[in-house]
Amino acid sequence: MKQPVINIKIAGLGGQGVIRASDILAEAAFRAGADVKKSELHGMSQRGGSVSSDVRFGDKVLSPMIPGGETDYLLVLSPDQVENNLPALKPGGVLIRPETVAESALRNKKSLNVALLGALSACLPIPEEVWLETIRQSFPEALYADNEQAFRLGREQGAKQYAH
Amino acid sequence: MTLNERLLLSGDEAVALAAFDCNVALGAGYPGTPSTEILEYFAHLGGHAEWSPNEKVAFEVALGAAFGSARALTTMKHVGLNVAADPLFTAAYSGVNGALIVVSADDPGMASSQNEQDNRRYAEAAGLPMLEPSDSQEAYDFFALAVEISEKWRIPVLFRMTTRVCHSKTIVRRREERMPAPTPAFDHDRRARVMVPANARPAHQRLRKKLAEMAAWNDDHGPNKVVASGPELGIITSGISFMHTREAAPQASFLKIGMTYPLPMEMIRRFAASVERCMVIEEGDPVLATAIRAAGIAVESKAEMYRFGELDVTRVRRILRRDESPEAAPLPGKPPQLCPGCPHRRVFEVLRDQDCIVAGDIGCYTLGVLPPFEAMDTCVCMGASIGVGLGLRHVLPEEQARRVVSVIGDSTFVHSGLTGLAEMVYNPPSTGHVVMILDNSTTAMTGLQEHPGTGRTLLGETAPKMSFEQVAQAMGVQQVHVLHGGSTVEDLEDLLAQARRSNDLTLIIARNPCLLSAKRDARRGKEEKA
Repeated sequence: MKQPVINIKIAGLGGQGVIRASDILAEAAFRAGADVKKSELHGMSQRGGSVSSDVRFGDKVLSPMIPGGETDYLLVLSPDQVENNLPALKPGGVLIRPETVAESALRNKKSLNVALLGALSACLPIPEEVWLETIRQSFPEALYADNEQAFRLGREQGAKQYAH
Repeated sequence: MTLNERLLLSGDEAVALAAFDCNVALGAGYPGTPSTEILEYFAHLGGHAEWSPNEKVAFEVALGAAFGSARALTTMKHVGLNVAADPLFTAAYSGVNGALIVVSADDPGMASSQNEQDNRRYAEAAGLPMLEPSDSQEAYDFFALAVEISEKWRIPVLFRMTTRVCHSKTIVRRREERMPAPTPAFDHDRRARVMVPANARPAHQRLRKKLAEMAAWNDDHGPNKVVASGPELGIITSGISFMHTREAAPQASFLKIGMTYPLPMEMIRRFAASVERCMVIEEGDPVLATAIRAAGIAVESKAEMYRFGELDVTRVRRILRRDESPEAAPLPGKPPQLCPGCPHRRVFEVLRDQDCIVAGDIGCYTLGVLPPFEAMDTCVCMGASIGVGLGLRHVLPEEQARRVVSVIGDSTFVHSGLTGLAEMVYNPPSTGHVVMILDNSTTAMTGLQEHPGTGRTLLGETAPKMSFEQVAQAMGVQQVHVLHGGSTVEDLEDLLAQARRSNDLTLIIARNPCLLSAKRDARRGKEEKA
């Protein structure tokens, strides 16, 4: 498979799970056999401020940071973090908003980030079973059923709304 | 995790795994973004890791281990190396018997630091070899090479990482076999290790001889590579800048330097002569460009505006096309803040309401400078709150002097506050002074690390707990007060107002555990039960 580099930025607020979500995405791409790099800043950003994480994967990734304005997919976990992150998106890039999945449709509303990853997954060349296996190993086993439901729901929604 | 496995690791994790696979006997450090995760992951793998009170002590512990023929690792952020600089410079003379790898994690762009000093300067200043990885695989591979260099030349090796190397995750192939461990032993080589002038003079000569040998080795066998492409543009680079630049200029030829001190100058000379236009791309200070030009090799360097902040692909493209127009500022996000439920918020409300002049320090509580508090007036380095507060007290008119309060966190107090208290008792200002320790019983800013005042080790095991109040009393502080969680805002207001009126030396310990650490400990407790 010849795979040009896909650039994904996940953004939100400190404590919202941005880093965990980007870890899952990077791990899924890694398991799917791609070259992967992921980058973010820790430290000060943990105190409730804006946080974002870059994940890039493809045949060969060089810089771990997405060049300005070259983000293919921007996944935002907090509604107030959309505007300041929009300039990162390339023309024609896809913005996945936190409202994509209704919390009320989830068995466990703590699974929202997993549902949003599901929406993103509909746009990416990573097999569904790789995603589910990665999610299974990223959380305690007891949460898997909730996360699976959230992921599938998000993936369905993403396929309708975002996938070309 | 097995040998020869393919893994997705951060640079910090890769260094820890390399240390483990190289049979490093001891890792000591002080937490500091972006270096903190190295020792935590080393401990997680089963390595012997410890948090020391500060970087100087950590360095000395690791040096002792390396004097005893073991392999040792010490980790710190860039400014931590300033604290450890005293032993660093003389350890270059004494050398080591085992291996000593000194990780300096620099923070260009100051994501979480008070300055963006370029620690490549330390390699030249101290006369120590320096390796600079550009991703996690190199962090893993170069660490083993650093061990080999350290053992071959019996010298500490500086291992310089930067934020984007430390915190980016990239793929690592683990080595097939672990490096056999040396057996620690001591021999009485006093001329090498007792740095009195008569021994230090020949030691300095030996150091310069080692550096000349290492420079020649670096030219022939160093971890440097040429990526040959067209002759129009040749780029000399190192560390993370290599990744940004290869992406920004895929058509260029590259000399990528892995060992940046002492430089492989003949290799650089040949490369520069092989291309029509030769450019140095480096983050931070023009260290490479200056050294290369001083060797009589003509190279282009970046414009001054790119000394500031991190590089990325966009900025490297600008450097290459000599674009010096103003850069677009990123849209402001939400700034960090003191946690909404932080029990120490009220301290800053009181300091603000009493119109105090606050000499502050390094930690989460530095966020007391932001609205709605704006209750911090100075912040320089670890421990500076006490000395700076005393200096202000000595010179300000009495009305202002009485408003000066030094505010320091518990981990920072252990790191560098004790000598400040000694100064206060020894040279008291005429109006006395007030020091407040905001004791949240953890090193919160860097992610909840233990320290000698928490009663736990890096591994989470129970340890003796240093009592700040007893220490202060023993040092001669006249008034020592502890405010626990049950105390009211009025208690704090009254105590502070009274302390500021008196001419006594007062220490107020506001003791309230960090909510995040309480949450973590509860989770740990649950897991232990399960």
